[in-house]
Amino acid sequence: MNYFELFSLTPSYQLDLSDLAGRYRTLQSQFHPDKFAGESAQAQAIAMQRAAQINDAYQTLKAPLNRAQYLLSLQGIELAGEQQTVSDVEFLMLQMELREQLEGLQAAADPEDAIDKLAARLNKDRRSLSDDFESAYNEGHYQQAGDIVRKLKFYARLEQQLQQAEEQLLDF
Amino acid sequence: MAYSDKVIDHYENPRNVGSFEDKDDAHIGTGMVGAPACGDVMKLQLKVGDDGVIEDAKFKTYGCGSAIASSSLVTEWVKGKTLDQASELKNTEIAEELALPPVKIHCSILAEDAIKAAIADYKKKNA
Repeated sequence: MNYFELFSLTPSYQLDLSDLAGRYRTLQSQFHPDKFAGESAQAQAIAMQRAAQINDAYQTLKAPLNRAQYLLSLQGIELAGEQQTVSDVEFLMLQMELREQLEGLQAAADPEDAIDKLAARLNKDRRSLSDDFESAYNEGHYQQAGDIVRKLKFYARLEQQLQQAEEQLLDF
Repeated sequence: MAYSDKVIDHYENPRNVGSFEDKDDAHIGTGMVGAPACGDVMKLQLKVGDDGVIEDAKFKTYGCGSAIASSSLVTEWVKGKTLDQASELKNTEIAEELALPPVKIHCSILAEDAIKAAIADYKKKNA
């Protein structure tokens, strides 16, 4: 049973997150360890395994990048843990520029404004890639969809670093 | 995770950081590669003499300590080598020299691929 089937959903990139959260809570309560307190050790072990699986499934499906990666794994394309490198020069040049901007935040006249601008830029790029992924996936262009997921991973890293930079600069 | 002394040395005192002024110069080959697994980006440039020997190399890497050390090390290694010799460089040699743990092997793959991309770019320019 795949993660979508676990929640009685059909595999899709578009997902209603509050609906997914509701399904998750319902399932979690069905397999809550307390409900199996009086049962055999075997039944308890199965329930615990099931609860862990439900949790994994939820964590995977709720985050768009993980969901995209999972959808492709269902099509036989494994992107998790791959060591392959990419050599799309134009894209990599842009990534370099964005990293340079990130590096320059500290020296900016108004760091807070610079952070907001960079965050908006990253958000816009990510949304556009996310839309591209959805089209490619829905049209069955899985290799192309895989390349988009690889690009999205660079943005995930950038956003993580921007957040770290923000915490440092604004001294949270 | 504990970094080896060699990684720390290259990370704290990276060799050959930067880029060549004129990237359109026919003597310069530029390689750009990225690793989706960790979001690292590496640019590596070679300056090749008329005799086909690599005179100088520079790099710019955004990534972890191992990625920076791997690129710093290969820029040292390729100097004085011919393009053919440089293209034989294997990521395993980098990983071994820096004592990279298995989770950081992709950093050495990145450096190997960057050298190959730079050589390919140089050959394309001079075809």
